[in-house]
Amino acid sequence: MRESPARELWVGLFVLAGLAALAWLSFSVGGVESLRAGGLQLTATFDEIGGLKKRAQVVISGVRVGQVKSIDLSDDFRARVTLDVDAALALPADTSASILTSGVLGDQYIALEPGGDPETLHSGEQISFTQSAVILERLIGKLIQNLGSGSKE
Amino acid sequence: MSPAGPVRALGALVLRSLRGLGRFALFTASVLRAGSRPPLRLRRLVGEIYDAGVLSLLIVCVSGFAVGMVLGLQGHNTLSRFGAEESLGAVVGLSLIRELGPVLTSLLVAGRAGSAMAAEIAAMGVTEQLDGLRMMSVDPLDFVVAPKAFGMIVAMPLLSTLFVVFGILGGWTVGVALLGGDPGSYLSTLEQAVAFREDVVGGILKGVVFGLLVGFVATFRGYTARTTTAGVSAAATSTVVIASVATLIFDYFITALWGY
Repeated sequence: MRESPARELWVGLFVLAGLAALAWLSFSVGGVESLRAGGLQLTATFDEIGGLKKRAQVVISGVRVGQVKSIDLSDDFRARVTLDVDAALALPADTSASILTSGVLGDQYIALEPGGDPETLHSGEQISFTQSAVILERLIGKLIQNLGSGSKE
Repeated sequence: MSPAGPVRALGALVLRSLRGLGRFALFTASVLRAGSRPPLRLRRLVGEIYDAGVLSLLIVCVSGFAVGMVLGLQGHNTLSRFGAEESLGAVVGLSLIRELGPVLTSLLVAGRAGSAMAAEIAAMGVTEQLDGLRMMSVDPLDFVVAPKAFGMIVAMPLLSTLFVVFGILGGWTVGVALLGGDPGSYLSTLEQAVAFREDVVGGILKGVVFGLLVGFVATFRGYTARTTTAGVSAAATSTVVIASVATLIFDYFITALWGY
């Protein structure tokens, strides 16, 4: 039994559509990193990263420019975060990185704030100025402590 | 009825189920053996992918889009109470990729293509076409059954992937285009929440397993159906019932074992 060419064409189109959908899910949504063109790899160490996770956003002025590639512990027991940032960016050497939270229940992300240094950051370099995540419990603890000491005076 | 009656009935039920499972396992093994021997019937396989895949495309894409729209609406309403509308992409994408895509596709395909597959093979039994093939010393397992079962295994993961993509599009249509959510954060929370190994590969794995389930249940029920007209309809009905229940049960176990 021979299949008609029209049927074969439809099956071919169906398989191509399925594979294209799979490719989109894998590479764009699923973020297969090994096959993606390498961006600028920067590291930043923080005293506290809160709930920051791998693949969290990296933004400048609210515009997404990259993502968190990995998180590990440095030799002095601080959190070392590796960022994968758009390679086309010429970030000044005194750029600072802060961990912020989007909304009340939102995920944590890293906001970069470019400084004014004429020197630029290159791949593998470290961002020196960092601001850790704000832990709400510590903030409230400090507030209660301050209020307590204030009322005694 | 003696007091031992109900116990005996239970025992008979267990034995019957075990015997059925054993027959199914033997059938599956002989189809795999017959189908993997040359000549590989690639042209017949293409025809079966057309029947199971291309002809199910419309119902799968429309259902996926509709499910995505519902998720977009429900998700937007619920998340906006907590001021977390920007997480809509993650909610829609994760539920589609992990669960709804593979499971609903399997239920739809079992109803649309699985029942037709079982009825076709059962009708071939009624009209003695399977006996005719055997007379010509052509193995029906190799010529009829294996291409159908394998076609389903190829078609199901592709259909389930398309279901997911149309669902994400449906969620975007409602959450962003109609209700005015932020288009950038819909995609970025989706990308941030979905992990390749856990979610995308897990979803595809489910698609393959469900394709295997539906394909083999349909061909088994069709092949072992009684050679009467009632047998044909019973084969089609029981395929939908067994394949749907098996899909839901296997979904739980794959989810548990894959480590979500």
